Amino acid sequence: MTTSIVDRPTAGRVRPPYSLATEVRRQASRPRTRIALGFMVVLPLIILLAFEFGGDSEETPTGGGAFTSLVDLATTGGVNFAMFTLLVSSSFLVVVVTALFFGDAVASEASWGTLRYLLAIPVPRARLLGVKFVVALLSLVLALVLLVGTALLAGTLRYGWEPLRSTVADELDPWAGLVRIAAATGYIAVTLLVVATLAFLLSVSTDAPLGAVGGAVLLHILSSILDQIDALGVVRDFLPTHFNDAWVGLLSTPIQWDAMIRGTISALAYATIFGTLAFWRFLRKDVVS
Amino acid sequence: MPIRLSRPSRPSRRTVARRLVPAAVVVALVAGLIAWAVAPAPRSYTATEAMLTVLSGPSGDEPVTLDTTFYLPKSASAQHPVPAILLAHGFGGTKASVAEDAGDFADRGYAVLTYTARGMGRSGGLIHLNSPDYEIRDAQRLLDWLAARPEVQRDGAGDPRVGVVGGSYGGALALMLAGADPRVDAIVPMITWHDLADAFLPESTGSGAANGVFKRQWAGFFFGRAAAVSLPGSDEAAEDAVDAGPGDARRSEGADDPGRAEGGPRVDPGSSTVDTLGEASCGPFAVEICAAYLDVATHGRASPETIAVLRRSSPAPTLSRIRAPTLLIQGQADSLFPLADAEANYRAIAATGTPVRMDWFAGGHDGGDGPRRDQDRVRYLTIRWLDYYVKRTGEDPGTGFTYSRISGFDAESRRVTTTAFRADTVPGSPGAGGPATVHLDGSPQFVFNPPGGNPAAISTLPGAGAGTLATALGRSALEIPGQHAAFESAPLAANTDVVGAPTVRLRAASPTGEAVLFVKLYDVDPDGGASLPFGLAAPVRLTGLPPSIEDAEPVTVTLPAIVYRFEQGHRLRLVVATADQAYAGPNDPAVYTVALVDGASGQVQLPTLVGEPITDPDVIWRYLLAGLVAAVVLGLLTTLVVARLRRRRRTVEVVAGEVTLPDGSTRELADVPLVVRGLRKEYGDFVAVESVDFTVHRGQVVGLLGPNGAGKTTSLRVLMGMTRPSRGEILVFGHPLRPGADVLRRVGALVEGPGFLPHLSGVDNLRLYWRSTGRPWAEAHFEEALEIAGLGTAVHRKVKTYSHGMKQRLAIAQAMLGLPELLVLDEPTDGLDPPQIAEMRRVLRTYATNGRAVLVSSHLLAEVEQTCTHVVVMHKGTVVANGPVEDVVGDSPVARIDVSDVEKARGVLSRLPGVREVADDHPEARPPEPGGQAGLLVDLNGTPRTEVVAALVRAGVGVDRVVPRRRLEDAFLALVGGDTRASGER
Repeated sequence: MTTSIVDRPTAGRVRPPYSLATEVRRQASRPRTRIALGFMVVLPLIILLAFEFGGDSEETPTGGGAFTSLVDLATTGGVNFAMFTLLVSSSFLVVVVTALFFGDAVASEASWGTLRYLLAIPVPRARLLGVKFVVALLSLVLALVLLVGTALLAGTLRYGWEPLRSTVADELDPWAGLVRIAAATGYIAVTLLVVATLAFLLSVSTDAPLGAVGGAVLLHILSSILDQIDALGVVRDFLPTHFNDAWVGLLSTPIQWDAMIRGTISALAYATIFGTLAFWRFLRKDVVS
Repeated sequence: MPIRLSRPSRPSRRTVARRLVPAAVVVALVAGLIAWAVAPAPRSYTATEAMLTVLSGPSGDEPVTLDTTFYLPKSASAQHPVPAILLAHGFGGTKASVAEDAGDFADRGYAVLTYTARGMGRSGGLIHLNSPDYEIRDAQRLLDWLAARPEVQRDGAGDPRVGVVGGSYGGALALMLAGADPRVDAIVPMITWHDLADAFLPESTGSGAANGVFKRQWAGFFFGRAAAVSLPGSDEAAEDAVDAGPGDARRSEGADDPGRAEGGPRVDPGSSTVDTLGEASCGPFAVEICAAYLDVATHGRASPETIAVLRRSSPAPTLSRIRAPTLLIQGQADSLFPLADAEANYRAIAATGTPVRMDWFAGGHDGGDGPRRDQDRVRYLTIRWLDYYVKRTGEDPGTGFTYSRISGFDAESRRVTTTAFRADTVPGSPGAGGPATVHLDGSPQFVFNPPGGNPAAISTLPGAGAGTLATALGRSALEIPGQHAAFESAPLAANTDVVGAPTVRLRAASPTGEAVLFVKLYDVDPDGGASLPFGLAAPVRLTGLPPSIEDAEPVTVTLPAIVYRFEQGHRLRLVVATADQAYAGPNDPAVYTVALVDGASGQVQLPTLVGEPITDPDVIWRYLLAGLVAAVVLGLLTTLVVARLRRRRRTVEVVAGEVTLPDGSTRELADVPLVVRGLRKEYGDFVAVESVDFTVHRGQVVGLLGPNGAGKTTSLRVLMGMTRPSRGEILVFGHPLRPGADVLRRVGALVEGPGFLPHLSGVDNLRLYWRSTGRPWAEAHFEEALEIAGLGTAVHRKVKTYSHGMKQRLAIAQAMLGLPELLVLDEPTDGLDPPQIAEMRRVLRTYATNGRAVLVSSHLLAEVEQTCTHVVVMHKGTVVANGPVEDVVGDSPVARIDVSDVEKARGVLSRLPGVREVADDHPEARPPEPGGQAGLLVDLNGTPRTEVVAALVRAGVGVDRVVPRRRLEDAFLALVGGDTRASGER
């Protein structure tokens, strides 16, 4: 430790601190990111194996309508398999992954004690939060693309490049089916913004990553449960999860946009509120961890 | 310091209130909202049940007791009478079937009378199937009763202002009552018939009911159903109305069970009259109705008497007398009373000049209430009609024709969804669009009529799938091979919208000269999947047929009216089948020949009607979405622009001014690393820092000293921009310090312990950290920093494997990355071993050269004394001393002298002027050990140490060593008044 510290730092214009690439590097290095993304690849394969070895079951799942048909038709082609994978994972798995990406973003830094050093660099708080939000969003998109992409690839290799079938509409050319899947994925991503921004809000409010992730998932489940109660009537329309299944309108010909449009409005409204609150709170709070 | 202890354990009442009140408000709001939505609104009306006995029958002298409920709005009185609605239920139902609709009308300010029709429920009498002498007369007496209510508005003596609303059985009653009684002001008949004989004995080439094919499944279903209603203890079955029409989605389970559906009176095939069976076979039916049913059900053909009975029970003969404005609502998914019935009613009423309007919705006896959007539309149409013609408010609803077309599948409700259209003319009118012609191909084909009509094709299951997709799309249709002929078109070049009844010309030959055939138009998708729209079939009974197809004359078959889009690329398939589950055909086996008009080609005429789409109320959501997206984007842009402007303004902000140095000289603020002025920080009621002032100049190593909880860390947090001060300011090189202030770039810090990504190595952590700054790599002085960390090869291990001391060293190295001009270290020696501490001291002293400055906070006195040039002593949130270490300590004269002979030394010292031994309770000053060797604490009082030592040596006292006492400790204890013990644990 014989160091001569003589140099003065050079002054001058610097690049803005904390670029997107830095945060990407930061998140990519984390085991939880790798595990979550890896699972997105593994899940379709597990489902595929389940179909392969599960054998035929006389019992058809109840629940009705397009959902049953998606289960029945899951093995009729790659596009159908991808639709089915999207269906079974969109209600819970993807929600948890979203909550993980967003709820963990700031709270984990706080729990490691790195948040204060980032702020002291200084990274402006709005920039830090903005970069973290964008990267979490990119992670989410990547997760969805991996999930659907793997399902498409595995399903096509196993079941062939077949038209998209459903009981509610004519068969669709597989390329047209691909467009529908892309749209469905996009819509699901939009509805996930609600749980994402909620997790983000919790993330800036607590130092416990588990609290932020778990809290967002719990509230999502609560909303889903309330949505099952018909007696709530018009209140259900205002539940953030009410329109989450509206993407099955994409299976219909012509496409039924109405529920999706209302779902998008609902999701954007909630996301704007939660997101604004998250920023508002983080820009004003005292960082004491 | 009890203050610190109080922070977590005892939040003040005000803090509690501040947290609880918003939470309570939110919870109350949510709970209130849910309660408001769930709690039933108080009813705006009263409902009075009564058994009314009216005189009815052909001569008006047969008493019958009717079970009624009268709904009266609370606002109604004799002074403010309200218009009335007579609400009739469907066949097999009771007044309870329409209770919900009655409540809705009452909410809208109508007095509503519901009643159970005679022969059903608890009402007396027998079922005469809407006979003008019985059911219609019953309803007329109820109008009399309404006219006698003082709360009901009257148009004249004994003439109530009344609209009649009903579905199916009730719909026919509405039409027939309006035809029989001019007191009716408006009617809304839904899913009802035109001519009951034609309804149960349809014939699609127009040869009439006498030649009709018996619709045995529907007929048996009703006959059996009504009989079941009359049995004791079957009230529940009565509630489960089969035929309640719109407003009642409940459907009989029996509909799925053909055995039960046909479980009407058991009739010996040889008998034909009621007389041989006795009235027990009739149940609640009047004898003439019963006889008519047995006649037609037994023979599959209707006698003229039977047809006369059925025709009497039809609106058809009375339509020309209807003066009450009529809104006809008919269902597309209705194999019992198809759209053609409403069309016929419409024409007959329109011919009289009476205002009439027709609507076709995507429901009916097979399809239920239809999709949500259609239900809303039908309700809206009904309300507007009644409001204008009965209540006499609102706009003229106009005449003409509206319809909806199934346009897809709604994800939310899991049902079909529709698009609505408006047209000025009804289908088949001269004004409607010309028919589209589609060519069919197919050579003549043989079809086999099975003996006993079994097996039979299935086109529809009566009342089966209320509102289900299968019914609407006709996917459940089933044809028997060998029993049908099929003729197909080429794929359609364009989407073809059919509104109305297609027609086709066919030829048929039969060895018996007669044939019963069922003609259906299938939609075949490009993959070969066929669906029969709404499961509708056109039965035909052809007579006088030649045995050879060459001699057969073409006949025109009118197919059931539909509203349907045949998609581009789909084919039409005309199917001509023999037996059908729902109809009674000939029992004898036969082989018919069926052919298109012209050899192997023919054509089907599809009526088209170009309707104008009714603006979908849901379109508003699209505009709303566009608006929302625009607002969010605009808000985001505005925020970004404002933030950028504010940031730009802030970065150039430098506080001008000077600081006066102790020696009297001044220095520009911009050249002073750190100026803290009047800093105060409160957390709620807890004051962490009262008021702090100090300055750090270039070249100084300043120690921030204080007991735990003195406010050191809080001050540093503010300094690092992690918290905002409550008052006061911090200037770093003249820049006011705010969270994220740019000037923090010139500050390196270790505050509150190290913080690293545990899954990365030390060197990766440092690299990632520097990358985060966005500054050039060359500025980092990475190697020097690594050397200071001194972790050797451990620097490549993951941080989570590090000891506390290793993390601490890595954190110091991180703080020094880029050699910041001001280095702030919070307890830097925490976890370091003595050699490392010594090295750290040297590093810090070296660091402060060249115009840099270091601020070290510590609670370790020795460390500060040995490392720092200046010291700031904090206690209870205030600065109690500030200045060069020597100044704070004062020119303390105390020294510890270890001597060989204590007694002798004392003697020598006492002779020196001013010098005296200090009484001391510290362990070092213990009384001399055996052997005389011991230390003395001596107040030199200005006498140089050399002189004292010389005096001692001269006197023969051996001096082992002379050390200055740990002076800062004394000063510190004096400053904090020995109060450190109450400061609590870190």
